[in-house]
Parts: sequence; structure tokens; C-alpha cells
Amino acid sequence: MKYSIQIVGVGGQGVLLASMVLGTAAMEAGHRVAMSEVHGMAQRGGTVLCTLRFGDGVHSPLEAAGGADLLMGFEPVETCRNLNLANKDTKVLMNLDPVYPSMVAAGFEEYPKIDDLVKAVSDVTDNLVTIDATSIAIEAGKAVTANAVMIGAVAAAEGFPLGKDLLKDALVANVPKKFVDLNLKAFEMGYEYMSSKRKRA
Amino acid sequence: MADILSKGGRDLLLGNEAITRGLMEAGVGFASTYPGTPSSEVGNLLEKMADKVGMYFEFSTNEKVAFEAAAAAAASGVRSFVFMKHVGVNVAADPLMTLAYSGVRGGLLLMSADDPSCHSSQNEQDNRIYSKLALIPMVEPSTPAEAKDMVPAAYDISEELGMPVLYRTTTRVNHARGIVEYGPMAEAKAKGRFEKDVQRFVNVPAFAKRNRVRLLELNAKAMAMSEKSPLNRVEGEGPVGVITSGAAYNYVKEGLPGVSILKLGFTNPLPEKKIADFIAGKEKIIVAEELEPFLEDQVLRICAQKGLSVPVYGKRSGHLPMEWEYSPETMRRLSGLVDVEKGPEPLPLPDVELPGRPPTLCAGCPHRGIYAATKKAVGKRDVVYCSDIGCYTLGVQPPFGTADFIVCMGGGAGAAGGFSKATDQMPIAFIGDSTFFHAGLPPLVSAKFNNHKLTMVILDNRATAMTGHQPNPGTGRDFGGISTEPLDIEAIVRSVGVDFLEVVDPYDVKASAAAMERALATDGVSVVISKRACPLELRKRKALEPRLCEVDQDACIRCHICLRTIACPALQKKGDDVSVDELQCIGCGMCVSVCPKGAIKVVK
Repeated sequence: MKYSIQIVGVGGQGVLLASMVLGTAAMEAGHRVAMSEVHGMAQRGGTVLCTLRFGDGVHSPLEAAGGADLLMGFEPVETCRNLNLANKDTKVLMNLDPVYPSMVAAGFEEYPKIDDLVKAVSDVTDNLVTIDATSIAIEAGKAVTANAVMIGAVAAAEGFPLGKDLLKDALVANVPKKFVDLNLKAFEMGYEYMSSKRKRA
Repeated sequence: MADILSKGGRDLLLGNEAITRGLMEAGVGFASTYPGTPSSEVGNLLEKMADKVGMYFEFSTNEKVAFEAAAAAAASGVRSFVFMKHVGVNVAADPLMTLAYSGVRGGLLLMSADDPSCHSSQNEQDNRIYSKLALIPMVEPSTPAEAKDMVPAAYDISEELGMPVLYRTTTRVNHARGIVEYGPMAEAKAKGRFEKDVQRFVNVPAFAKRNRVRLLELNAKAMAMSEKSPLNRVEGEGPVGVITSGAAYNYVKEGLPGVSILKLGFTNPLPEKKIADFIAGKEKIIVAEELEPFLEDQVLRICAQKGLSVPVYGKRSGHLPMEWEYSPETMRRLSGLVDVEKGPEPLPLPDVELPGRPPTLCAGCPHRGIYAATKKAVGKRDVVYCSDIGCYTLGVQPPFGTADFIVCMGGGAGAAGGFSKATDQMPIAFIGDSTFFHAGLPPLVSAKFNNHKLTMVILDNRATAMTGHQPNPGTGRDFGGISTEPLDIEAIVRSVGVDFLEVVDPYDVKASAAAMERALATDGVSVVISKRACPLELRKRKALEPRLCEVDQDACIRCHICLRTIACPALQKKGDDVSVDELQCIGCGMCVSVCPKGAIKVVK
């Protein structure tokens, strides 16, 4: 077994933390793990991409375009920008809550309609699941727990090779103590969301 | 969270965390740096924990000073570590070249963190070449686990030879994460004694000539060690041989099944006999390495010298690129030569126009204020904006466009002097506080000495911000049991005898623009110090006063001057209206200062 996850989003959305949680769970499950992340200039409001690979014979911290088993899109535009990381069998989890780039906020560029972005992705893959992770996180108590919502949703996804309990333990190990309960609540809400979506499907 | 001071066990570590742990397992007693991505996390960790393991650590003013300090410690018998990003080695190259002649007593590693693909750098120079230029041994890890384990191994090489060792990493080692097993910690020896030996440590021509011969002899000894080193090993069998090092090894290992790999970790001097033995009898050889054909050209030379007529493929044959970092996809360029792992077809990129998301100056970043003020003062004058290395480089973007010429640390100020004499344009040099101490003082002194007409704007945001808010001489030091007072940039500049000097608060854009007007009108060297702490740093220290700006929609005339001059990400335009994003706004009031109608207010 070899499994590749690509996590894309924007600095400040907790992409690095999400990759740490998933990576820790993969390590605890006894897998080889290789990851890569971005730091420095790339974090100043720019796109953030984390790659996590685990399983037998894993050495490379990078994955080829089209090589992802799971694409976690923390932001709709960034999901579209990085869609070539996925192939037709890749599970794509797409958060629909946008983070406006500075030139959009200032009115110099347009942000596309969310529906158009969803349609563009679902036109090329049958494996898209959308989620309002930020809204769910706000309901859980704080917008910054959107990453825990996303991890919870992934835990309930069909065929995801890391168990729910392992992921919860890894989440607890990687967030500050005073935010553990809040994050676990967000995780469960993400898990519920994905479970009910699967039931309906 | 990883605890790199852990007694045992394993963790999922960033390459730079693994390297820091490696220093502790090697008993390193002295470490110095100037921050630079992708090496910076090592310094941030040592700032917090060096004293806990008995190690001395400092942020030096620049890489040259950091290198010289570590060289002295190593010459005194203390295991020392000096680290920097690749371009930092250019700054440290002067002492490096001659320290190689003197050698060291305690081990000395120089970590060069290279950045193929320029993730956060201005070039992608391959610093492996420094090992041949300085004639010093080099080791290259491929993964975080190796990065830790190769630290003590490299110290053993350094001490057996009495030579500094180049410890060369790349972004995909420093910023990769992998499982690392903790080994036993060694006791750090932070104090030694410098035993004088002028023939070795004073390279006057007569001694230098002899030391050069000694250095060449040591290189022969180093090659013999490289031949036997476990860091150079053969993996697998097959008619096709792949010679590789660094991050490229990972892509070879996964992407080229069925080949025999010569994995090189001790890469200068190369184990020439081992390489020749590996090549002999192979059908073909592929050399896979990022950037320059450093290994490949030596492999071709070894083949020529040993009379081996095995074809060698790589960059020189046009199969592999010289530019940018490698990835699993790079290996697919070798199909036809060898079996390659082919992946599934990528999905097409959607046919929707996506807005760009380049890195940008933060909401409330004081650089926005001084850039807006400068542009207002400049008006239609023909200026050349010389900029420098730091967050303020992002001034290159609209609406500022305040970067026309950037080369290196301190380079903007030096170039401004050249523009002032070689053109009739007005040079304005932007430089950060840490960069000013690093390399900004010599060009300022030169400008005064040579009667340049230029304006230097020192963007003093009270931190080395871009690399993670490290302290610098302008902030003073307060870690590792050592406290020092901040150095006063204003007093330093005044002592140079510049023709104009003012200190401004960039949040007051109007007053800053007026000061810039006076500076530009000065016939001579004018300096404006734009002083305001980085709000990210304040927030980190929980010292940011929570305030908020608010737009009075009745008073706003929709002129959008605030957007066009400050372009703060906290200002949002919806339709024709401008509002404030409460999540991003820090209430700095820069937008208040540019609003012609007083329609924006700072509220609690």
C-alpha cells in the first residue's frame, strides 16, 4: 500500500497543522512517511501546498502531478489551481469557503462564482465532495478549526486508510491543550458531515 | 508536537529539526548563523534550547561574521556549526577559502541550505561547487533521518582530517518531514583553548604556499576516507547503474525500479575507485542530481581516465534538466533509457479564470505606509527604486512598484551609489533594519565618502521579519542567558555625517511623505528611518493592541485612494463600497491617514 495526500490552501488556514496530524497518524499506524511543506516567502498570504505520502517503499517527499489519492482543498480557487495533482480516481474534498486574495479584496481582480468552481471540478471528476468547512468550524466554536473539520471529514471518507481513533489521537497530540476539546468537536462535526453525505449517496 | 530534546523514541521531524537534534547528538558546543530560508528553523530552535544542552549560539550580523566566529571556536577545539542559506555562503566565502588552508581542531560544519526552484531565494546556485573551490570535504543527506545521522558522521570526518566540512542540504531536505529515531545525546563542550600556531593560522604568503600543499595532501587522504565511507553505498543490482545524491536519490529510489544505485553521501572528494568499479560492466550509467552536473562531469572524467566506455546519461546528454528542483516526474524523462514508474493521467486544469495569489505584504504592514509616502513624494520624478532582501522585496507588486533593482543583501544601497553617478536618475534605496546591519553600512559610508546623491530609506520594523522574526543588533538580544541593549540605527547613521536624517512613523503617511520630500530635495546623502514594529511580531509576543478601522459609508466618496495607495488586504471593495475586514484589520490607521475626506476612523 502506498497513499499520497496533497493539501492545498492559503497561509493561515492550518494546512501545515493538518498535514502534521495526518502524518503523525500515518507514523503511528506503522507506515513509512515522507512529507514536504512550504515556509518563508510562500507563506506571506500566498498559496500553501503540503504533500504527505505514506506506505510501503515511500521515499519521495514530493508527488507527481496526477499522483494524489486524496486532494484536500482548503479553499475553492486553490483547489482548482491545483486540480492537476489529482487523477480521475482521486478523492477530492473541497472546502467552499473562500479566502479572497489581496488583489480581489482591493477590487482589482474578480473572484469566480463558487458554483462555477464546483462545476468546473465536477465536470472532470465524479469523486468530488464539497464541504463548508469554515462554516462548520464556526458552528463548532472557531473558524480556525476548519482544518479539524477537514480531517474529520477525511476520516469518514470511503477507503481512507487511517483509522478514526488514530486521527483523533494525532489531533490531540498536535494542538495546544486548551483547544483540544474545540478541535475534537470540529473533527466530529466533519466526520458526521461526511458520514451523512455517504449515506445519502 | 515534536520534542527534539527527548531522551529517546522517534518523531515526525522537519529536516531542520532533525539537524538540530543531530547537533545535540554530536556534542556541538558552538553555533552561529545569519537567518535565511530554508535554514532558518535551526536558529529559531537553538535560540530556545541551545543553553539547555550547554551549547553557545548566536545570530551574528552576517554570514561572514558567523563563519569567522565558528572558525575561531573550532580552531580552539570546540565542535562548531555555522549555517546559512546558499547565498549566505557567498558572503562567508572569503574566510572559508583561507580557513581551509588553516584547518580546524574541533570539528566545523558549514551548512549550506540550497534552494533549487528558488522557493524563497533570488537564485538557485549549486553550492556543492564551493567544496571543490575551497578543497574541503562535503556530505549531502537525502532525508530528514539522514540529515540527523550525517551530522555526527560529518564531525568525525572533520576532526579526522582537521578540516571544515561543507554540510550541503536543499529545501526538500530542510523542509521535508520524515520519521527520525532519537539517538543518545552527547555532552557539549562549549569552551576550548586556542593553542597558537602561526604557520597554520597566519596565512602570510610564505605559510600560505606551504598550507596549500598541505591542503592538497589532506584532500588525497579525504578521498581515501570517501572510498571507505558507509555514506557512499551501492543498493540493488542490474545492468543499469544510477549515480545519485541528495534529494534526487528519493526520486530515483521510487521512480526507477530495477536499477542498481550508487548512493553518494560523501560527495567531495568523490570515491573515484568506487565509482569506477560501479561503472565497470554496466550497460549504461545515469547520473541523477539537481542543478549543476557536479557528479556527472566528474563521472565522465573518471570514465575517460579509466578507459571505461560505458555510456553516461544525464544533463550533458539532454535527458535531465539543469534548472529547478527534481520531482518524481523528472524521472519520467528517462523513459526509453530505463523502466520508469508511470503514474495516472493528471486531471486537466479547469477552464475558469482564477485570480492570482502571490505572496503579499500583510495587513497593517508598515512597509505599505512608507511605500505610499515615497510614491507620493516622488511624484513624476525619474527615480530608480533600489530594493533589498526581505519582506519589503514584495514592494515590487502593484500598486507600489517600489523595486526596480534587487541583487543581494545590502546590494540596493551599493547600486544606488552607482546609479547616482552613472545616470541622471534619482536613486532611492530601501533596506531593512537587519539588512542594514548585515551589509548596509559599508555602502552608506561609501556614498558619503564618494559624494553620491542618493536617498536611503531604512525600513526598521524591529525584527528580521521574513525569516521568522529573529532578533538583530537593532533589537538587542535576550536569550540563552545573554541580554544586550539595542543598537541605535539613528545614532549610527548620524555618526556617518549624512546630509539629511529624519525618523518617521510610516503609519502617518502624510508626515512620512513630507519627510521624503525633504530627503529628495537634499543635495547629498539623505537617510529616512521608517520605524514601526512588524505587527506579526507584536502579535506573536501578544503585544499588539487590539484596534480596528471603520469606514463611514456616508462620508466615503468612493474615490478608492485608500485602495490605490495602501492596498491593505484588510480593505475590501464590494461593488463600489470600501469596507474593513475585521478579521484582518489591526487598526493601524494607515488608511485613515490617506483618506482625503476623513471617512475612516480608528475605533476600539
